[in-house]
Amino acid sequence: MTEFKEVTSPFCGIGTDDLTVQVDNLSVTVTENGCSMNSPAFELGITDTSPRVGGKEVDLDTAYHKAAELLSQTSQPVIGGCATDVNGMRALLSLADQSGAVVDHQGFNSARYNILTMQESGWINTTLAELKNRCDVLLVVGTDIEATYPRFYELFVWCQEAMFLEQSSDREIIILGKHPQGKTVISPTGKHPHVLDCSDAALPEVLSILRALLKNRPVKSTEVGGISLPELQLVADKLKQANYGVATWSAAALEHQHADLTVQTICELVKDLNHDTRFAGLPLGGRQGDQTAHQVSGWTTGYPARVRFSSGFPEYDPYLYDTEFMLDNGEADLLLWVQSLDTESAQPPTLVPTIVIGRSGMQFQKEPDVFIPVGVPGIDHSGHAYRLDSVVAIRLKQLRDSGLPSTADVLSAIQLAL
Amino acid sequence: MLTKLSGGIVFDPANGVNGKQMDIYIQDGRIIKQPDDARIDTEYNIDGKIVMAGAIDLHTHIGGGKGNIARILMPENHRDDPVARTSITRSGTGHCMPSTHITGYRYAEMGYTAGFEPAVLPVNARQAHMEMADIPILDKGGYIMLGSDDYLLRMLTARKDQQAINDYVAWTLRASQGLGIKVVNPGGISAFKFNQRKLDLDEQHSHYNVSPRDILKALTMAVKQLGIPHPLHVHGCNLGVPGNLQTTLDTINAVDSLPMHLTHIQFHSYGTEGDFKFSSGAAQIAEAVNNNPNISLDVGQIMFGQTVTASGDSMHQYANHNIANPKKWVCMDIECDAGCGLVPFKYRDQNFVNALQWAIGLEIFLLVDDPWRIFLTTDHPNGAPFTSYPHLIRLLMDQSFRNDMLATIHPEAQKMTTLASIDREYTLEEIAILTRAGAARITGLVHRGSLGEGDWADITVYTDNDDREAMFETPDYVFKDGRLVVKDGEIVDICWGTTHVVRPSYDASVETELTQYFERFMTMKLGNFKISDDELTDDGRGSLTVHPTTGAAS
Ligand SMILES: [Zn+2]
Repeated sequence: MTEFKEVTSPFCGIGTDDLTVQVDNLSVTVTENGCSMNSPAFELGITDTSPRVGGKEVDLDTAYHKAAELLSQTSQPVIGGCATDVNGMRALLSLADQSGAVVDHQGFNSARYNILTMQESGWINTTLAELKNRCDVLLVVGTDIEATYPRFYELFVWCQEAMFLEQSSDREIIILGKHPQGKTVISPTGKHPHVLDCSDAALPEVLSILRALLKNRPVKSTEVGGISLPELQLVADKLKQANYGVATWSAAALEHQHADLTVQTICELVKDLNHDTRFAGLPLGGRQGDQTAHQVSGWTTGYPARVRFSSGFPEYDPYLYDTEFMLDNGEADLLLWVQSLDTESAQPPTLVPTIVIGRSGMQFQKEPDVFIPVGVPGIDHSGHAYRLDSVVAIRLKQLRDSGLPSTADVLSAIQLAL
Repeated sequence: MLTKLSGGIVFDPANGVNGKQMDIYIQDGRIIKQPDDARIDTEYNIDGKIVMAGAIDLHTHIGGGKGNIARILMPENHRDDPVARTSITRSGTGHCMPSTHITGYRYAEMGYTAGFEPAVLPVNARQAHMEMADIPILDKGGYIMLGSDDYLLRMLTARKDQQAINDYVAWTLRASQGLGIKVVNPGGISAFKFNQRKLDLDEQHSHYNVSPRDILKALTMAVKQLGIPHPLHVHGCNLGVPGNLQTTLDTINAVDSLPMHLTHIQFHSYGTEGDFKFSSGAAQIAEAVNNNPNISLDVGQIMFGQTVTASGDSMHQYANHNIANPKKWVCMDIECDAGCGLVPFKYRDQNFVNALQWAIGLEIFLLVDDPWRIFLTTDHPNGAPFTSYPHLIRLLMDQSFRNDMLATIHPEAQKMTTLASIDREYTLEEIAILTRAGAARITGLVHRGSLGEGDWADITVYTDNDDREAMFETPDYVFKDGRLVVKDGEIVDICWGTTHVVRPSYDASVETELTQYFERFMTMKLGNFKISDDELTDDGRGSLTVHPTTGAAS
């Protein structure tokens, strides 16, 4: 039995690095600071240890050669999933470059709301430590944070100390949209957030009116999305009075069409507030290796992780190079699915030849042509991952010796066999 | 394996060699003296060609979060410059903020063998090193940004002694794996988080009881006492503000003759004269530099065209957001550590201000006397992409070409510059100092930028050509650590450079208080913040080169 302290997590998106983990042979237990995201992800056991070709166990070399053979017979492979660590993404992009593949992170369609906003008009954003130490007014839009980031309020809002606030419990929380289901949003002193419920579909209108109020534009309606105008005016006043406000949202939680316009409105509203005070946005993400994929793709290609290499150089299109879209339209003739973090994110159904580089234990509706189980970065091998603010990269450590290869090892070996 | 370069005309100012025809011998990556038993494996006949050490860019934004934001922000710019893969090179994209592989290829194709990222935020240093690890051929390294980090500002407010500050600086340098220390708008990035919109040299930070002057004094002293070879790398107050000339002169006088490197000084050399209340301060700046041997500088020359400005100076980047072109921009406040701002920008020769900026940069190049203290930069990508260096070299070396260019810019700007009257033309020796020998000396690189016995064989061979732009654009050969990587301006082989660092010693007890601070306020543990050596080397191609400190304090 070995105990590891200050263990970092690639799963939760907030870059948790205070876990205590016990490892007994191959079994992992989170004994301190676990949460409903991290504990199951760390503790999931190893089942598959050998690769399979056509459902039959083979050695790694055979699997590499079969994968290379399938890849060499294609004209437009797609590499989906892309949930791995920095070295995994490096190897993935190298293989894509050589094989003329499309690279598409599995979360791109929701990340696109943020990426399009950034590429069209930009933003003023912040990071977790600024939130923790500085934020006196937190505006949460369309997102029940606790549902996906169980320790968010504990670590970054109701922290014991904040450098620039007398009491962290002095903060004002304003929630626009989804009603919070959990209790962690309530301060330790019992202060409840100011919640204005509305549907996702009403968010564009509510945010536009809020922005108009902030700019002192005349507004004729008396109610918007079920929220009365005086209520919204109150919110506008509180935002203006912030010394350092933060507006946060999770693109993945926004379920209405063209949510990019909603994100853009939030970001423009934040810019407006900066005419007089300080305010910043904080897009929540960091799941399934999304920021890691975008960062490595960004420095390797110039573009976030939806890129096509079939012209011999990277081309970016936020819509056309969508894995499922390409599979459904018959535009792809092979799927290489890379998912070393999560056994439940298996490849989408398809009839084209399929190679899966996946976390051991992945369950398939349809057995892929080639399956190579890999180790998890941060458990089976060391690595790097980005957390949601995409500024901080965490060092992932090896906790056990499972003998499973890393995603980077596997993808490099396939490229070598090509 | 013994390689001989025969008959080149060598410009090696580090060893006092100025245009002498001589042979160079290379073995195991290094230059050796002529061996007695001269069994040459490979000989390059470079009779009459110009030989210099590989060029070194001491200030270029090639690694780190803000550069990557700049990349992702500008898809339309990449679309204009796709780069296809070849049998030995990776694909990517170019122009104003090239992808990592393309950065390495294009630098090497111009004869550069090293580049240093000047703005590494400690909390983002991991990313800077990961990006630079994906830049082929070049050696690299970074200057670690301090001065708006809350830890230092708290120390200064608490009037901690210089020794404590030194320990913190040295610890941060080690934890972030840096080569030098940088300060950007001292205290100003932090002040912007408190809603201050400007911070002059002697203005008080509204929360901390310190001024930029206090910060500069503490950090120049720390760098000196720790024996860090590269002087404190300073991006001063009031970037881009008309009249900042005076701030820069005051800054030069603020550091008690301690070594200080003023970066992209072009952006800090503006007066307020003339109809447009914008004028050149180049003459005053150059005079002050000439009179103060403790000062070194790089220019940050602008070139006309599209680029993206990427700076740690969130305060002034925010102030400039209205001139974004195209109209999109990003600012970030970062981790109680620093910040950044990205503003796309198009410099136009028919815009008075841009045209004069161009002239101011060139005036500074030509009016500063000592080539060992001035360095050739465009502050890539802020003034222009680094690929414009050959053009810049021609502007410096060729007065008639320079005057032809001058005649095409905004007419009012022509009237406001003395450029036409300056007849200095840089010599090949001086170019070799600016881009090689001087750059290696000021950054403390041992056995680089020099072609003596025992030096690493980073060597560039050019065909002499009166058109200096053509000459410096397409070297005949580039060797990196003795390996031929470029022939006739094209990549022929790939290798991976080292990461240069310095490691001044510090009192290990500095971690006691830091650990507490991380526990209370940061979002990661101190142990997870520190970058271990294996993070830079465990990919099997990275390496670390530790350079000595000088006269370290006891
Ligand atoms: Zn710079």
